[in-house]
Amino acid sequence: MNNAVQQPQTILVLGGSSDIGRAIVEALASPALRHVVLAGRSSDPQRPDVSPDVTITTLDFDAGDPTTHRDVVAAAVEAAGDLDVVIQAFGQLGPDAADDPEAAAELVAVNTAGAVSSGLAVAEQLRRQGHGVLVVLSSVAGVRTRGSNFVYGATKAGQDAFATGLHHALHGTGARVLTVRPGFVRTAMTEGLEEVPFTIDPGDVADAVAGGLRRGKSIVWAPGVLRGVFGVLRYAPDAVWRRLDR
Amino acid sequence: MLTGWGRTAPSAGRVIDLDGDAVRGAPHEALPIDEGRGAIPRGLGRSYGDPAQNGGGSVLRVLPGRSPISLDRNAATVTADAGVSFDDLLRVLVPAGFFVPVTPGTRFITVGGAIASDIHGKNHHVDGTFGHHCTRISLLTADGELRTLTPADGDLWWATIGGMGLTGLIVDATFDLIPIETSQCLVRTQRIANFDALVDTMAADDQRYSVAWVDLLASGAALGRSVLTCGEHARLDDLSAKQRRDPLAFAPPSLIDVPRGGPNVLSRAAVRAFNEVWYRKARRDHVGPESITGFFHPLDMVGAWNRLYGGAGFLQYQFVVPDDEVDTMRVAIERVVASGHASFLAVLKRFGPANPAMLSFPTSGWTLTLDVPAAASDLHVLLSELDELVLGAGGRHYLAKDAHITPSIVRAGYPRLAEWKAVRRSVDPHGYWISDQARRLGLLEEEVA
Ligand SMILES: Cc1cc2nc3c(=O)[nH]c(=O)nc-3n(C[C@H](O)[C@H](O)[C@H](O)COP(=O)(O)OP(=O)(O)OC[C@H]3O[C@@H](n4cnc5c(N)ncnc54)[C@H](O)[C@@H]3O)c2cc1C
Ligand SMILES: NC(=O)c1ccc[n+]([C@@H]2O[C@H](COP(=O)([O-])OP(=O)(O)OC[C@H]3O[C@@H](n4cnc5c(N)ncnc54)[C@H](OP(=O)(O)O)[C@@H]3O)[C@@H](O)[C@H]2O)c1
Repeated sequence: MNNAVQQPQTILVLGGSSDIGRAIVEALASPALRHVVLAGRSSDPQRPDVSPDVTITTLDFDAGDPTTHRDVVAAAVEAAGDLDVVIQAFGQLGPDAADDPEAAAELVAVNTAGAVSSGLAVAEQLRRQGHGVLVVLSSVAGVRTRGSNFVYGATKAGQDAFATGLHHALHGTGARVLTVRPGFVRTAMTEGLEEVPFTIDPGDVADAVAGGLRRGKSIVWAPGVLRGVFGVLRYAPDAVWRRLDR
Repeated sequence: MLTGWGRTAPSAGRVIDLDGDAVRGAPHEALPIDEGRGAIPRGLGRSYGDPAQNGGGSVLRVLPGRSPISLDRNAATVTADAGVSFDDLLRVLVPAGFFVPVTPGTRFITVGGAIASDIHGKNHHVDGTFGHHCTRISLLTADGELRTLTPADGDLWWATIGGMGLTGLIVDATFDLIPIETSQCLVRTQRIANFDALVDTMAADDQRYSVAWVDLLASGAALGRSVLTCGEHARLDDLSAKQRRDPLAFAPPSLIDVPRGGPNVLSRAAVRAFNEVWYRKARRDHVGPESITGFFHPLDMVGAWNRLYGGAGFLQYQFVVPDDEVDTMRVAIERVVASGHASFLAVLKRFGPANPAMLSFPTSGWTLTLDVPAAASDLHVLLSELDELVLGAGGRHYLAKDAHITPSIVRAGYPRLAEWKAVRRSVDPHGYWISDQARRLGLLEEEVA
């Protein structure tokens, strides 16, 4: 159960080795935090920098295998009890997806289908416990897709639409969804890529998430300025949009 | 969605209204089947945090039966259904010449809630807690058994008083009353310049009721400046000829409601202005009559005032430190002042000795209660500092107000927690009774030695 200042006692990270996921755990850590479950493909993810009193459990989780998602959530509950915050942090950039139909389908299977099935498995649990937040790491890439990474953008658009819709579907159940739309973040995923304006670090995303949770928001942008930027860019003429996507 | 009075951590549960008479008629059929998330009783939801809610499970209210209040004038006792509010009670008792043995700062709580939180009032140093005045409780336990408990039942009695609804559903109870000649209180109001003067005056005080309203924005030489009110129930002789015509009149004014959905209007500036006016307005030293509502329940004149704090809600922080930890109390006040978190309605009170209830909050010493808006981003820093001070001084936090402490803090503050857990488990081995607070504080978890 979150306390009155919205500090969680338990956190489940789906995509347990994600840099952004780990930063969010660290930002939400407090004396209230008791248990963190890192669910991912790596059995030895980097431990978040939290008090040694916090129990860390790792679980096997493949976003691309929907048949296991309910079991993963159940195993997390078994280990930690009620899930106060669940972070959907897995994702792939799929650099080859635009030229490889199979790789593209694989990207959809993880980023979109995996988000939907694991999101539903989590929602089922949050509804059952009557409280809890699912934090979904969407992306500005899904707000308006770019020619240079449109398959990734499309997968994130699907995830985003699912997450914002799920938030409405959960209204009144005690469970809610916080959709997070980061811009370019320096993490393993973007390593070696050229930085763009408004590039930030995982800790900046984490601060935005912590603030959004405290204020009960349903959508946060990171950095916050991107909300206004995309408010405009979303409607920019195609030619302008293409020129911006160098 | 349910929250406590502070409106901070909502959860959704199934609210089920039970009829007091029906429960007594067929106790074995009264409790809903456990669908995995258990059940918790709820009164009027005036506890501040999450003890009277149960995410995903059942939340049980006992509606008063057909004759919910029966007064025994000769014995000066009353038997009341658990769902009866103090508002209902006082409307019957006061005109009949009786007062509840202990009242909190609001009439809008139930008898069940009063026992489960083992509430205290301004008379704690003289009269102890509410549970101290109870003589009989009927308790519906998880096995469907309706048990009649008295203090002779020992452990289960003292685990239920202050037990936060986790031993079972209180269905009705009998308790002693205070006979009164009038519905007025004779109140002495004193303006006190600072903390040292306050502590000296309160330690010397011998009146039945006493409490100090501390200005938590005053600092430096004025730190702890306050308005101390001490009182007794007025006798007939204390009243004017006009008042004497209807000495037991009790007509609390009806409520003005605060509208829903407003912003936090209790900004620091607003609170500072309020505190200043309120301190200046109080007379230096004055004795005069006040009504029961004016003296005990002034906040009840504004309904739903908890909405004044806006959407994020607020916390009420209440702790007690032992008598010889006056310095810790001073440091705590200094920290709150220095933190800049606006707080009004800070209340300092002196407690008398503890009772045998394992989780009863009051222990001999000083208790401070303050309100803080939950929205402030650095509030947790202040709370952690205060927690450390309180535990370091051998103090503890009040579970009826708690909305933020942790399993280790409750364990440190309540040395008899393990004993209480064992008694609790003996009447509810499968953990049927459970609340969000119980989950948050691990109140049902086995103690590891
Ligand atoms: C303005 C204000 C002033 C206050 N002043 C004081 C004060 O001076 N002193 C003080 O001690 N407290 C004070 N309180 C706190 C209040 O007295 C307690 O929180 C009290 O328990 C609230 O009663 P309730 O009926 O609203 O119970 P709820 O808040 O609904 O429930 C509180 C607890 O009681 C349990 N409970 C309720 N009914 C039953 C039942 N039938 N059987 C078993 N368990 C039950 C619940 O499970 C829960 O654990 C104040 C609160 C407010 C809002
Ligand atoms: N970095 C950015 O600029 C940025 C911007 C906007 C949104 N995001 C989103 O933020 C989220 C986190 O990304 P990040 O930046 O933190 O990158 P990251 O450190 O690379 O984290 C992504 C994680 O996803 C995991 N993952 C990939 N495929 C998986 C699968 N099939 N099953 C389970 N786990 C899988 C990876 O684990 P493995 O070690 O097993 O591969 C990795 O830990 C992603 O959803 C991403 O789309 C990132």
